[in-house]
Amino acid sequence: MNTETRELPMTVEPRADYLNAGHSIRSWLLTTDHKRIGLLYMVSITLFFFVGGTAAALMRLELLRPQGGLVTSAIYNKLFTIHGVIMVWFFLIPSIPAVLGNFLVPLMIGARDVAFPRLNLASWYLFMAGGAFALWAIIAGGVDTGWTFYTPYSSTYANGHVLAMAAGIFIAGFGSIATGLNFIVTIHKMRAPGLTWFRLPLFVWTIYTTSLILVLATPVLAITLTLMALERVFGVGIFNPAMGGDPLLFQHLFWFYSHPAVYIMILPGMGVVSELIPCFARKPMFGYRFVAYATIAIGVFGFLVWGHHMFVSSQSVYAGMIFSILSFLVSVPSAIKVFNWTGTLYKGSITFQTPMLYAFGFIGLFTIGGLTGLFLAALAVDVHLHDTYFVIAHFHYIMVGGAVMGYLGGLHFWWPKISGRLYCEWLAKLAAVTIFAGFNLTFFPQFILGFLGMPRRYPVYAPEFQVLNVLSTAGATFLAIGYALPLVYLLWSLRYGKPAGPNPWQATGLEWKTASPPPRDNFANTPVVTEEPYNYDAQAAESEFEETNHV
Amino acid sequence: MSDPPIAHASQFDNASQQRESATFGMWIFLATEVLFFGAMFLGYTVYRLAYPAAFAAASRHTLLAFGGTNTAVLLISSATMAFAIRAAREKRRTALAVRLLLTAALGTLFLGIKGFEYTREISEHLLPGASFHFDLPYANHAEMFFYLYFLMTGIHALHVAIGVVLIAIFGFRAWRTDAFVRNDTAVDLLGLYWHFVDIVWVFLFPLIYLVERHS
Amino acid sequence: MNQTPAGKRFLFTAVALLGLLALTIGAAYVNLGPFNTIAAMTISVTKAALIVVFFMEIRGRSPVIWVALATGLFWLGIMFALSMSDFMMRGWK
Repeated sequence: MNTETRELPMTVEPRADYLNAGHSIRSWLLTTDHKRIGLLYMVSITLFFFVGGTAAALMRLELLRPQGGLVTSAIYNKLFTIHGVIMVWFFLIPSIPAVLGNFLVPLMIGARDVAFPRLNLASWYLFMAGGAFALWAIIAGGVDTGWTFYTPYSSTYANGHVLAMAAGIFIAGFGSIATGLNFIVTIHKMRAPGLTWFRLPLFVWTIYTTSLILVLATPVLAITLTLMALERVFGVGIFNPAMGGDPLLFQHLFWFYSHPAVYIMILPGMGVVSELIPCFARKPMFGYRFVAYATIAIGVFGFLVWGHHMFVSSQSVYAGMIFSILSFLVSVPSAIKVFNWTGTLYKGSITFQTPMLYAFGFIGLFTIGGLTGLFLAALAVDVHLHDTYFVIAHFHYIMVGGAVMGYLGGLHFWWPKISGRLYCEWLAKLAAVTIFAGFNLTFFPQFILGFLGMPRRYPVYAPEFQVLNVLSTAGATFLAIGYALPLVYLLWSLRYGKPAGPNPWQATGLEWKTASPPPRDNFANTPVVTEEPYNYDAQAAESEFEETNHV
Repeated sequence: MSDPPIAHASQFDNASQQRESATFGMWIFLATEVLFFGAMFLGYTVYRLAYPAAFAAASRHTLLAFGGTNTAVLLISSATMAFAIRAAREKRRTALAVRLLLTAALGTLFLGIKGFEYTREISEHLLPGASFHFDLPYANHAEMFFYLYFLMTGIHALHVAIGVVLIAIFGFRAWRTDAFVRNDTAVDLLGLYWHFVDIVWVFLFPLIYLVERHS
Repeated sequence: MNQTPAGKRFLFTAVALLGLLALTIGAAYVNLGPFNTIAAMTISVTKAALIVVFFMEIRGRSPVIWVALATGLFWLGIMFALSMSDFMMRGWK
């Protein structure tokens, strides 16, 4: 993209930027700067990641032995519930949108901030208030319903702190709705002159679509949790068979939100990959418009498939067929994206810096995760695979192999912009490889376990499954090490990293046209956009490589 | 002599962009509310289709006179709200304040009537729970109707109450300051919210009060 | 959205809405079988449309507002259609 900004003067002196615009706690906790709010989210979700990760670690330790013995069944139920609730609502859903989206969207569109900065801050406080309720629920003794809160167990029989946990999710949900609303208005109304929709970075397209899902799906979750809570408190409700109620109504309402929620979690990761691949292949995105349309298609079709979570719940088999065929169709736009990323790589001039390693990891692992979703979309196969480790492996390939890799890739790509510093490349590469290897060792055995019939949500299992479980736990250990490393070197870079300069990756995009870290109002002058996005030149990059390396 | 330019927040380029953004934001919020209430309407639909006779019997126990009056009250309050916004656009402070406060008064009347209805219904043992009582054979399913009734009208009433508070605050602000005369966006947006709350009731009313009244 | 809407329009709309209210109550006392519900819902939709057009002044607002309204309604439709497909097809053989 060609722009007509003046170059900001590059001095060695400390320049005024968003990080040093006020040092007090107040200036952070009452900030309306989208970049600072992004960082507030970054810190918070990292803390929640540790909570959810600890629950997972305890589960994997329990599963080292067929007879378990580390924790009781009751505690195990609480562990997988806590792991699910925290990871879904307090890590994955906010991760890329609230951290990278908040930081980058105004920069990418040439704006000074989002449309409603105070609402943005309120979103974070709603998130934190919700998180406080959730943490309290954990500390006070936990919840054992599973993150899906199926009735009538959750509404009638469960003995844990269901209300507090539900309240936490409810409150955090309003933060999500506010964030989504903010992004939609921002992207529609505050793009720089010349920045038409089809000149937007694909990351913005994914944040936009994610925001649509957030505002349309989350209100239904709010009502669903309210209904479940009312049934729990007052003993009467609409999921109670004694009243003529139908527990399946809960499942319809719950999954109407929760299936689109998984697209909230994966679309932004796809958006990150769409930024990384063109940059590190030095080539424009192949089929940009198809990728943009596919993004919207995923967002829309994602609302049509929720019944595939209920194939064996006594849903009408005809409804099951409808949901099955729609679930097959929803894979098509995702596949289009994978083809287009591949098409971008073809005849590109590819380098393997850390962000690109994560992008490659994403493409491979997301593809496996997505394809295994098709197994589950087939009614007859799902009868055998439902509630087994196959399902767990499927969604972890997408959520961890996909979304988390996308988050880490984006974090590494934009870290220089956010912090003004470069991190230690070899250590970052080591972490990426460790995470990739650890991830596969953790979750690939789980496909096999599920296929062989090991059910999920049990702390014990048949002895013949032990080897695969041990491998999985070993993998989880490597994964944990891999996740710990970025914490070390990214924090280290804040103090000791080399100054990054405005555009260390020679990337296109408006965010790279301003200083690292950016000034409080992002741009000295509003940029004007006159060229297409991703105007990289692979041939030129190859020639330059050959010249500098005397090939 | 033209009016001085309206101040705008620093993230916007001009007041017009701010106004458009705020308006768009409110409409998106209303779309989320459609889904929010819609989920409850789905629950109602499922059970009305499953238990038509029980729902009809239960509906006949609701107080149509009060429900009908309340519907009229809200419809009129939407009209007064629309007149209020017109007053703001015409920069007529007193008219604006009066009409806003009138709207708030009508909203309060709605809540009062609703409260009276609830009291009557609770005394007739129609509140779901331990003390619920309804002539058999419809007892369970009638309880379902009343659960939905209290839930949906309750959440609706909460929205009315929030609206009344905001409209009253705006009314007093209009009385004391010329804030809305300088920039009427906020009143316009509050009006949109209020009309939406009215629309929800317009759908709720026949589903609660008018099921097989002819029997 | 620069024109000040005529007060007459509001009054006519209010009268129409109250008239429709009377109609919907009256129709409830006539036994139309399954059409009672259809009639009531049709009248409600009409009232809602009057409010959206004349009070919320949807005409003259930018297209993106129309899309927001349509999207909310369409998504509600999705939720209803696919959920009800389950409930209504359960009894089928």
